[in-house]
Amino acid sequence: MKLVLRKRENISRRAAVLVPMISFVVALLFGAILLAVSGANPWVTYAAMFGGAFGSLYGLSEVLVKTTPLLLTALGVTLAFKMRFWNIGAEGQLTMGAVAATGVALYWARDLPGWTLLPLAIVAGCLAGALWAGGPAILKATLNVDETLTTLMLNYVAVLYSEHLYYVAWRAEGYNSGTERIPQVAWLPRLFGRAHAGLLIGLALAVVLWLVFRYTRWGFELKIIGSSPTAARYLGINIGRHIVMTLLISGALSGLAGASEVLGLAHRLQQGISVGYGYTAIIIAWMAQLNPLGVVFVAFVMAALLVGGDQIQMKMRLPASVGLVLQGMLLIPLLAGSIFREYALEVVKPSHGLDPDEGEAAIHG
Amino acid sequence: MAMGDHEARSRDQTPVLQMRGIVKRFPGVLANDHVDLDLYRGEVLALLGENGAGKSTLMNVLIGLYRADAGEIFVRGQRVHIRSPRDAARLGIGMVHQNFMLIPTMTVAQNIILGMDALPFVPPMSEIEQRIRELSERYHLPVDPSAYIWQLSVGEQQRVEILKLLYRGAEILILDEPTAVLTPQEARKLGRVLDIMREEGKATIFITHKMGEVMAFSNRVCVLRRGRVVAVKRTSDTTPRELARLMVGRDVLFRLERKPVPVGDVVLELQDVYAENDKGLPALRGVSLTVRRGEILGIAGVAGNGQQELAEVITGLREVKGGRILIDGRDVTNRSPLEVIQSGVSHIPADRMGMGAVGEMPVADNLVMKGYRTPPLSRQGVLQRRRIIEFARSMIQLFQIATPSPQTYVKFLSGGNIQKTILAREIDACAGLLVAVYPSRGLDVGATEAVRQRLLEQREAGRGVLLISEDLDELLSVADRIAVLYEGRVMGILPAEEADVETLGLLMAGEDMLLTAAQTVGGLD
Repeated sequence: MKLVLRKRENISRRAAVLVPMISFVVALLFGAILLAVSGANPWVTYAAMFGGAFGSLYGLSEVLVKTTPLLLTALGVTLAFKMRFWNIGAEGQLTMGAVAATGVALYWARDLPGWTLLPLAIVAGCLAGALWAGGPAILKATLNVDETLTTLMLNYVAVLYSEHLYYVAWRAEGYNSGTERIPQVAWLPRLFGRAHAGLLIGLALAVVLWLVFRYTRWGFELKIIGSSPTAARYLGINIGRHIVMTLLISGALSGLAGASEVLGLAHRLQQGISVGYGYTAIIIAWMAQLNPLGVVFVAFVMAALLVGGDQIQMKMRLPASVGLVLQGMLLIPLLAGSIFREYALEVVKPSHGLDPDEGEAAIHG
Repeated sequence: MAMGDHEARSRDQTPVLQMRGIVKRFPGVLANDHVDLDLYRGEVLALLGENGAGKSTLMNVLIGLYRADAGEIFVRGQRVHIRSPRDAARLGIGMVHQNFMLIPTMTVAQNIILGMDALPFVPPMSEIEQRIRELSERYHLPVDPSAYIWQLSVGEQQRVEILKLLYRGAEILILDEPTAVLTPQEARKLGRVLDIMREEGKATIFITHKMGEVMAFSNRVCVLRRGRVVAVKRTSDTTPRELARLMVGRDVLFRLERKPVPVGDVVLELQDVYAENDKGLPALRGVSLTVRRGEILGIAGVAGNGQQELAEVITGLREVKGGRILIDGRDVTNRSPLEVIQSGVSHIPADRMGMGAVGEMPVADNLVMKGYRTPPLSRQGVLQRRRIIEFARSMIQLFQIATPSPQTYVKFLSGGNIQKTILAREIDACAGLLVAVYPSRGLDVGATEAVRQRLLEQREAGRGVLLISEDLDELLSVADRIAVLYEGRVMGILPAEEADVETLGLLMAGEDMLLTAAQTVGGLD
């Protein structure tokens, strides 16, 4: 008897749903082994994580707080990945969005009517993120410069620049780090707990993006470019223009994530404005298989893992990074399992008792 | 019967290699259809056939890259199962591929021993280099074992590939179109190498589609057509003329009706067009031609003589270095692909899955990839999904595309149905000119007929067709006029009624070169 991978007649939708779910379980199992090795009871730990994330209204609001930037950056990444542009610079684009929103809210506040502040800060955040992604996009479109390197390197530039601002240039009097608090008129409204309106913006954009992918010429062209650039060129699609346009929007979404972190949550630029959301966004985009509605769901789960990790740190004195470890481990079974979308696993029984390794047995048997 | 034949042969000499009843299917294509092949020690066997005739498939089966669907292989009389090139190497079978498998940053000697079984942890390089020198002297394959691959010319790299096989003790050598990368002088030297291999008792299979090389280099020739062996002959008993006929097939496959159609205005005009290939070498050197509405202009030529580049300059995919291209009298030289599409030009590209269709997307989406920009398929940038499905259903019916549903991904279709999908889209979008590149290559009989029928319909509908094909049979049965492209130049344009397979075949191969090659090597035999 042996197992054979056979190509399916069509893409399996069942596998598309099952594979991420099973991957999640596999990641939990591997995580359990790690926990057991480090002396913790996996069952108790997972129960504590779950309880921490969903056991109270506070926990749930914290999950939503973390869902917001994950959702927005993952949507940005999804957009870029749809055309196989490997934008791994969401972290930097988010950071620049936070910087620009803070700058507008703090330093333009004096001269403008109060009600303009919030929309202006949001727009500034989007523009900064767009700029940060637009540079690599233009380099890619004109000189074919590899985007993975440029977007990644710009993350460091953005993060270090923001540090310079909140440690030195914009540091508030009497503090070691962090800017002044932005005026309350520029704050995003809170929903409950610390969850804020940024989440609603994210949800709305997820729906918009889903509609764009499914129903617009633009989405159609992105998909063609992503599937086959050669075909796209042959079909008369201007690839360079698409790269730049799409990346501007991709970066704007991550910039918006940064702006909403400042305007909705921190109310100032300070350390920890991003804790790797832009990288987690890459995992989320893949797990959701570049489906914007799937991104909503996956971002929520990932946020719960983060919050649960924080909880066990407090309650069980285990490192909070357990949540991150689980996140990282999710990707391995996920990528390995994607083969089942196109291939079905079949059990082949040998006929007439011939050696099953004899590939030509059936012909001569 | 096969056994009796086998016994009869073994009385004088046992073949070192026998392939029996080899069958290899690809989706929609029967690449090898019960192929038998014998190879003897001390001979050079030419494997002759057009592109898509199944030569490479057969050799890939022998070398273990493909697994045959049916058939048996015997080496030195023993039944063998070859599952990988490593298996083949152990049996003394080696192949020089068209794309060399060498590592540029390593030396000749390192490349030669790379991947060999039973090599000591620290290989004795000076000994190895000494052996390589001996071999290269014996076989007239001069090359410096300590030179780096990147320092070598293409011809020298080919020598390294051959040495690699000889060093490993290969008895059966397969050379896949070895002269394609060589200058005429180098090709002549290769002929000398083949002679020595013959004297040393090696058995060589020489893949080619050039009649001249068969005559110059081989003892016997095996002609493949559409996956079948159509003839095995002693080279001395045949002529280039006969081989051309065998290779292309004299019998007209289909009785296609070519209605008389009034010829209309010029739809495509090329004026002294120059272009380069991907490597920056001249590919088109002053091509001038015209296509009128209501006619099919066929382009004949051996692959790599500028056909690909010709199609690409017309469709805006390749830069024009000199000259002008006019569509309906309007200058479209170096315009974007979109502008060319919008002037009514459709294109059936040679590379179906890479360029013509997107495998990762549904049939319906692929069918609208030209028409999605305008109503009714899209309005104000919004796709009309229901209209798209309706449109797709009607195209699937009209062009008889066999697909489970319009939502099926194209990559799950057979080759013939992928081509029908492309054909449907391009013909529907075509307003003036259809550029078709190898439209029936590798397709089965039914799909081939459908493709040719559609081309004729375009002509009757008053559109112009530029048909690039290597299948002379196709050109003769479909085209009104045939232009022969050789080394980027139009050698001549003949009305189809006045052309015949032999003339075209010899023109395509470059008649003058043929004669000289035959004379030069003829004396060595």
